[in-house]
Amino acid sequence: MKPSATSLARRIPWTLVVFVLALTIPWVGSRYDTFLATQIAISALFAVSLNLLLGTTGLVSFGHVAYFGIGSYVCGILMKTYAVPFTIALPAAALGAGFGALVFGFFCVRLTKIYFAMLTLAFSQIIWAICFKWNDVTGGDQGLPDVPYPDLGWMSSIPFLEDLRISDQFYVVTLVVVMLSLAAMQRIINSPFGLMLKTIRENPQRAASIGLDVRGYELAAFVVAGGFAGIAGALFGIFNRGVFADYVYWPKSAEVMIMTILGGIDHFWGPVIGAATLVLLNKETTSYTEYWPFVLGSILLVLLFVFPGGIAGGLTSAMGWLRRRRGGA
Amino acid sequence: MVDVSLLFGQFLGGLTTAMFLFLIASGLSLVFGVMRVLNFAHGSFYMVGAYLAWQAVHWLSPMLQSFWLAALAAALGVSLLGGIIERLLLRRIYGREELYQLLLTYALVLILGDAAKALWGTQQLSVSRPAALAGGIEMLGTTLPIYNLFIMLTGVAIAIAGWLVLSRSPAGRMVRAAALDREMLGALGANVGALYTGMFVVSSFLAGLSGALITPIQSIVPGMDVEIIVEAFIVVVIGGLGSFWGTFWGSIIYGQVLSFGILILPSFSLFSVFALMAVILIVRPWGLFGRPL
Amino acid sequence: MLEVRGLCKSFAGFRAVTDVHLMVAEGEIAAVIGPNGAGKSTLFNLITGHLRPTAGQVFVDGRDVTGVAPYRICGMGLGRSFQRTNIFPKLTVRDNVQAALLAHRGQGHNFWSRAGLLCRDEAEQLLASIGLARLAHAIAGTLSYGNQKQLELGIALASDPKILLLDEPTAGMSASETHETMALIGRIARERGLTLLFTEHDMAVVFSIAQRIAVMHQGRLIAHGEPEAVRADAEVRRVYLGEQPAGPR
Repeated sequence: MKPSATSLARRIPWTLVVFVLALTIPWVGSRYDTFLATQIAISALFAVSLNLLLGTTGLVSFGHVAYFGIGSYVCGILMKTYAVPFTIALPAAALGAGFGALVFGFFCVRLTKIYFAMLTLAFSQIIWAICFKWNDVTGGDQGLPDVPYPDLGWMSSIPFLEDLRISDQFYVVTLVVVMLSLAAMQRIINSPFGLMLKTIRENPQRAASIGLDVRGYELAAFVVAGGFAGIAGALFGIFNRGVFADYVYWPKSAEVMIMTILGGIDHFWGPVIGAATLVLLNKETTSYTEYWPFVLGSILLVLLFVFPGGIAGGLTSAMGWLRRRRGGA
Repeated sequence: MVDVSLLFGQFLGGLTTAMFLFLIASGLSLVFGVMRVLNFAHGSFYMVGAYLAWQAVHWLSPMLQSFWLAALAAALGVSLLGGIIERLLLRRIYGREELYQLLLTYALVLILGDAAKALWGTQQLSVSRPAALAGGIEMLGTTLPIYNLFIMLTGVAIAIAGWLVLSRSPAGRMVRAAALDREMLGALGANVGALYTGMFVVSSFLAGLSGALITPIQSIVPGMDVEIIVEAFIVVVIGGLGSFWGTFWGSIIYGQVLSFGILILPSFSLFSVFALMAVILIVRPWGLFGRPL
Repeated sequence: MLEVRGLCKSFAGFRAVTDVHLMVAEGEIAAVIGPNGAGKSTLFNLITGHLRPTAGQVFVDGRDVTGVAPYRICGMGLGRSFQRTNIFPKLTVRDNVQAALLAHRGQGHNFWSRAGLLCRDEAEQLLASIGLARLAHAIAGTLSYGNQKQLELGIALASDPKILLLDEPTAGMSASETHETMALIGRIARERGLTLLFTEHDMAVVFSIAQRIAVMHQGRLIAHGEPEAVRADAEVRRVYLGEQPAGPR
């Protein structure tokens, strides 16, 4: 029996293919392409980390940017003010963000639904207020411009990599960090722990009666999601050549949530697709018009009324429909 | 040693902020209490009210110098907008998860924000104070602008009027019943759909009115929608989502915390209101006057 | 196996359960019956920790489990199925029971292995024993009502309970479905040596399978004993006067 297209498609290691293709961008694309690709990679990581809460555990957090922000500032401050190397600043950012998530999450998981969402928002605004006002440490409303690139001199000794600009070299580093993080999160989601989170999403009461300490699991998910958001934030601070309080303001939480939902919360790669789509759409739109929020709002309306499953949801529905037609024919 | 006039000035400032926020937050709280929708776009309605008031003043000014007419027109305009939005969009999303309702209202924030930018540009606009309410009163060494006093009185008037309507009138009874058990209300034959539209229209009216009334003391700028909605959220959380008097007292508390916070720890006043919101959510999530959901 | 002593629960002055004493021996099949509002579900919620008792104690296998949180009581040998079907709708049938199995084996902390591979055989065996083997890959939410109730039972069994509380296991079923379900439950109980405590409205079911019956009325236990003794009890007859015995709902 001839294997169908879909079963063949399932055998290809898409992750690896995407990684290799993405890796070639500095050579085949322009400087701007690499710039976009870096932004997409970072946003993808941020969105997937949110989806650990939203899609996997069913926790609607409106304050996820807090951990992105903590990661940015920790890494930025360590690297700029204290000249700490990237190899230490990055894990520190993840740990700092994870710790913030532990402290805030402890209180948040005791609440449900709208109260949970509002408390995550409140905590996120507290972080913003601190970043905005603590001039001595965070640079206040001026922020921390000129966060240095990590020391990438060692890359010059690797074949293929020596001719790259520093921004391209950083892109390679970003891509590797993001792919490793995504692989780790995928592993976690497909593990027994991940299955427990899914049961909590589906039916928290039943999850408790099969023996799960629901709050404990939700807190664990919160911390893991926060940690990975912190990694995304740290990378962003360097990519953006600076860390600013603007990026911790609450509409940024809404933005990453839109990315996640646009891509599809029911699929692991959904948020990645959403991030790529939104970044590219944003760049295209802002080159023609200044009314990006209007476009974004309209996309959101279309999503809500026509494609609640997002792009990935739409694609799998389409594939399922095709399969049924072929089966029936 | 203690500067009484300064303290009193801060207190009055806090009251003004409070009553003005109450005007806005009351609509938000009302909609949440009855329809269980947290309307992010409420701040946008406020902003549209401000812009419409400015526009009305400009259209009327060759013939008529009436701030009051402009304010009323603005409020009516926003309530019309609210009604249309409720019937066309909000209605379709009631049964769905809260996340989708929140995202819908957020989409409206984005769209309305840009619509305002397209229509009125990004320049700061302002409206002059109506002559009847110009000037100030001397009190304990500080001057209270008469317009601010007017805002305070309006807030109190709306609070009393709202309370009377909710507790005495048949419509008010329906509203309270809907807040407790809307399914039952529908089963009893009440037109829940019309009630929802009505509530949303009233809420939009209040938002538009507050936007119009703020124009003499604050300039109209893009971003005022986002700024005000966060403040309104804080107020309704403190007072209790869905509680009318809770919103009133929540506004008073917020106004004073902000006012005196600036005095005591200037750089922390911003932080303190969010910390207050967080503390209330941790300790008593349904607010000072609310009921557990 | 299960002992309830002087259990009371009041909600702001309303006494839902008053002074209930109950004992179910190991391996026994017992039923709690009573008219609507008698407090049967409240009693179950008190036993499984979903509600804290105002007074009284609950013992499982000799251990005091009064007021222990539901997620911990699971590990103490108490399993429960719910009146309204309580499954994980978007997961597959196999994932539903596999999750329960993994949770029971303490694998919930394992964030590295692949969930699909662990306990797969046990999950399939469990599904086979409750007759859902061919639906293993179906999405739980798409199952028929009867199959969902079977899955409900499967999830409860996955935690390897010593005593199983079933809240109206045949609610909403036709006569033949009821018969099948009770036969299945009885068979499983015997195979695993389970103690069973269930509530029911269908008297035919109760009298055919229960070895002991407890009757509740307005929060109190008005009779407790062997089926024939309960059937003959004057108080029970008074409470049920006018109610038709047997027949499904």
